[in-house]
Amino acid sequence: MRDSRLMARLTLALAQIATRLGDVDANLEKHLVWIEDARAKGADLVIFPELSLTGYVLQDLTSDVARRPSPDDPAFRRLLPASRKIDVLFGFVEADPRSRFYISAAYLSQGEIVHIHRKVYLPTYGLFDEGRFFAWGDQVRAFDTRFGRVGVLICEDFWHASPPYLLWLDGAEMLLLISASPGRGLNRDDRLDSAGWVERINQAYASLFTTYVAHTNRVGFEDGLNFWGGATLYDPDGSLLAHGPYFQEALTLAEIDLAQIHRTRARLPLLRDERTSMVQRELARILGNAA
Amino acid sequence: MTEPKLSLEINTDLARRILTEFLRTEIQRAGFTRAVVGVSGGLDSSVACYLAAEALGPENVLAVRMPYKTSSPESLEHAHLVVDATGVEEATIPITEMVDAHFARFPDADAVRRGNVMARARMIILYDQSAATHGLVVGTGNKTEILLGYTTLYGDAACAVNPLGDLYKTQLRQLGRALAIPEVILTKPPSAELWLGQTDEGELGFTYDEVDRLLLLLVDGRYTPGACVEAGFERKFVERVVERIRRNQFKRMLPPIAKLSNRTVGYDFLYLRDWGT
Repeated sequence: MRDSRLMARLTLALAQIATRLGDVDANLEKHLVWIEDARAKGADLVIFPELSLTGYVLQDLTSDVARRPSPDDPAFRRLLPASRKIDVLFGFVEADPRSRFYISAAYLSQGEIVHIHRKVYLPTYGLFDEGRFFAWGDQVRAFDTRFGRVGVLICEDFWHASPPYLLWLDGAEMLLLISASPGRGLNRDDRLDSAGWVERINQAYASLFTTYVAHTNRVGFEDGLNFWGGATLYDPDGSLLAHGPYFQEALTLAEIDLAQIHRTRARLPLLRDERTSMVQRELARILGNAA
Repeated sequence: MTEPKLSLEINTDLARRILTEFLRTEIQRAGFTRAVVGVSGGLDSSVACYLAAEALGPENVLAVRMPYKTSSPESLEHAHLVVDATGVEEATIPITEMVDAHFARFPDADAVRRGNVMARARMIILYDQSAATHGLVVGTGNKTEILLGYTTLYGDAACAVNPLGDLYKTQLRQLGRALAIPEVILTKPPSAELWLGQTDEGELGFTYDEVDRLLLLLVDGRYTPGACVEAGFERKFVERVVERIRRNQFKRMLPPIAKLSNRTVGYDFLYLRDWGT
């Protein structure tokens, strides 16, 4: 059974915002307003998109907008107190002590930094050029919150199956996914290819891993790139619980009943039956042969 | 012909939504509230005018008609239909005197030179109206003509923002239909009207329907020229189009700057236009 000290139900607020490119101060003010709004509406956790503090196509702005995640940083100094009554997940550019820059996400709770995730997959193809400006993260770890164990991934991280899979094995009951996904692929459908793809895989992750999967994507434009929004929450059965609008700012609220994980996994024990030792053995063989 | 799964059919509601938001957002971020559109009476500029009116409100859009003395009266009339239907402001500023004054000096200039000067004269007028009315020039170039280089550099290609450049001509026709653009504009043969009897398809030597289906494979589908031939396109046609795309790359880029320093505009001085906004 779940730890009885943990909350059994929580309300998520998926904050699909537009950002100002390279203007951390303006974006910070918007975060504080939206955090307060989410709190006032009864949310326990508010989730902002990838690079929500900076904007996405930063290029040579990268080093200018980079932050050290600590209470000494002017942005964290304001965001940490805002996390006393509501947990906050947001995106920023992290500078490490050796001046390497990462696309990172910070999970704040009760005035503390609980977890930092550094994006492990940097798309550098097509319209993307992240590998030119950013360093690769090299850890995928679930972490404990007052709601239970969760995992955070950033955009391209979950275009690969392995990070969600690792978080599942690491005990995550909620996957918190954040994106700055440029809309592309206009055809006869009523949503863009990129939106359809992300929604399909998120639903698949919820179903395969019998977890909650929340996704927040930004909106607005950067030059000719549109960002499509469309925040979603899928439950451990793969059912859609909430869907934010496309192309406009919105705070989408959705309630999570954590006991649903217990019920779904009682019916469908995919996690119990996962053959992790075999996976490890076969991976070692495959990678060993490749070397 | 094997029909590839790629299709030119678009969801026009979605295109309309994205493009009007794009115009509104990007014009406002540049510090403007108004737009200037050159309207020729043709499909592309009509779609641009409809989108701008929807994005900014018709009172914030100036449609400029810029006839030359040989321009057809129907075109001028069609442009006026667009103005009437959208409720935008209209100005009519003929280019005849500008262009004729120039060619009085070069009476033997051929049609291409004359056509280019007309296109650039219109650019001068639009950018002057941009300054006069504090509105940004909305581009009307579509994906087909950008890829084929069927534009005049610094002429009709000049603009501040372009909502249409990722839509092929045949897709623009779908969008135009959804916007309820007058049928006469949707169905007439596309023409730059730089000389009498000129039509796009006559000058290019193929139809938009044909070339758009080919471009969709080459560009969007990343088919090799050989694979396009296998998919049923005539080899000569494929080769012509591929060569045209290559030869016109210069029209799609800013002129190269010769690199000397460690940090050079265009190579390693990288910022979006929306920098700081």
